[in-house]
Amino acid sequence: MKAKIEFLGGLDVISSHVREHKVNLPFEEGDATIRDLIRYICENIITDPKDIPVFIEDDSVRPGILVLINDTDWELEGMEEYVLESGDVYTFTSTLHGG
Amino acid sequence: MTAETPKKIKVSSLCELCHGRKAVMKRPKNLQKLCKECFYVVFETEIHNTITDAKLFQPGDRVAIGASGGKDSTVLASVLKTLNERYNYGLELVLLSIDEGIKGYRDDSLATVKRNQKQYEMELEIVSYKDLYNWSMDEIVSCAGIRSSCTYCGVLRRQALDRGAAKLNINHVVTGHNADDMAETVLMNLLRGDTGRLEKSTTILTQSSGSPIKRSKPFKYTYQKEIVLYAHYKKLDYFSTECTYAPEAFRGTTRELLKALEAVRPSCIMDIIYSGEHLALAPKKPKKHNQQYKNKSKKVLENQEQEINPDGSVSLGREKKIEFKDGNRCEKCGYLSSNKICKACMLLAGLEMNRAKVTIDGNTSVDGAAKLTKTLEQLSF
Ligand SMILES: [Zn+2]
Ligand SMILES: [Zn+2]
Repeated sequence: MKAKIEFLGGLDVISSHVREHKVNLPFEEGDATIRDLIRYICENIITDPKDIPVFIEDDSVRPGILVLINDTDWELEGMEEYVLESGDVYTFTSTLHGG
Repeated sequence: MTAETPKKIKVSSLCELCHGRKAVMKRPKNLQKLCKECFYVVFETEIHNTITDAKLFQPGDRVAIGASGGKDSTVLASVLKTLNERYNYGLELVLLSIDEGIKGYRDDSLATVKRNQKQYEMELEIVSYKDLYNWSMDEIVSCAGIRSSCTYCGVLRRQALDRGAAKLNINHVVTGHNADDMAETVLMNLLRGDTGRLEKSTTILTQSSGSPIKRSKPFKYTYQKEIVLYAHYKKLDYFSTECTYAPEAFRGTTRELLKALEAVRPSCIMDIIYSGEHLALAPKKPKKHNQQYKNKSKKVLENQEQEINPDGSVSLGREKKIEFKDGNRCEKCGYLSSNKICKACMLLAGLEMNRAKVTIDGNTSVDGAAKLTKTLEQLSF
């Protein structure tokens, strides 16, 4: 299942400053949610495991990180429960970095 | 999935204003779901209302935008340009940037400001700490350590913005401080029992005594989330790397707390500002009646290092109120100041003593020390 993952707003610090990741997710379409994606990111994309708390807190995306699914606020898409689809673009933007 | 059919839009995902386009975002303020176009209109109109309600500007004003290249000030420049044209404010907008002298951080963000200058067709003035004070932030940190870096930087930035504005013959500086920043300051002052600053922390337009420069925050009621979304959807060119010198610790803790609260109850940002605006403090009691706990907390405050507010104003412990005559000038630098020596000069005098020591020791390269502290800082991140 192909997808694109982006880290913006300075969040690329967790992935060796790579902002855009084209990935082939090891899930069947319809079987996985954002929860699985978050786990995938922690296990496969974050360079240094020490940075995992920069990205998640209590098993979800850390408050202060804005999540967009295909450029739409994830709050409109069911947040963690959103079912992943092939070709999706997931954007994670830190809102906390420098004014 | 079989065919590549375009997804049908569910009624529930339509914009709650125009009912025609797909909603792309949910407003933290009121949970309203909006499409991109309606979001732009609502976002800009609210800022326009904030500006007109507070009567921030007069036609013909020259206004300096404190521009860091970050998201807040970049969006501020873009929105003010839009509103100035749409509503005929009659403003002349100028970008004013501070070069603190932080290698690897400020260089990149100043490059962003220079691009903004072209994109928004505004005059740009850059004032540097090195030119003004003969100290760069990197040198200050190598000398004074990383812990108080934000304190120094805040005092120096405030004065640098004033001086930059004065150089441009401008008496009004707008900054990109947003609702989240303001709520954070209210909360922090509340948690510290700092009632003096608590009272002032929600004012939209401030002018410190002795300074001819007004400061205002047109984003006072604007959520950080919406600023980031606006920048993202409009593809604004901004720079997003944290300053290499980490924020003061307690502010960081307060920010975390606020973010956690906001996740549960998004309106709390607005509610905290509202509470701050409506706080009425009891009149101060005469000193001798101070209770024990008051004295104690005062002692704690006095032992603390100087504190820097997000708007760049600073409090050096508890200042003794020396009666102030307008037009007083710092004896050292001639800058307008309510005290004999201005805050910047006081800080710098302390540094000069340290610099002398470093030079005598002779074994610490200033650049190297700064680099080392920064490396350590990144490690702890
Ligand atoms: Zn709409
Ligand atoms: Zn001075």
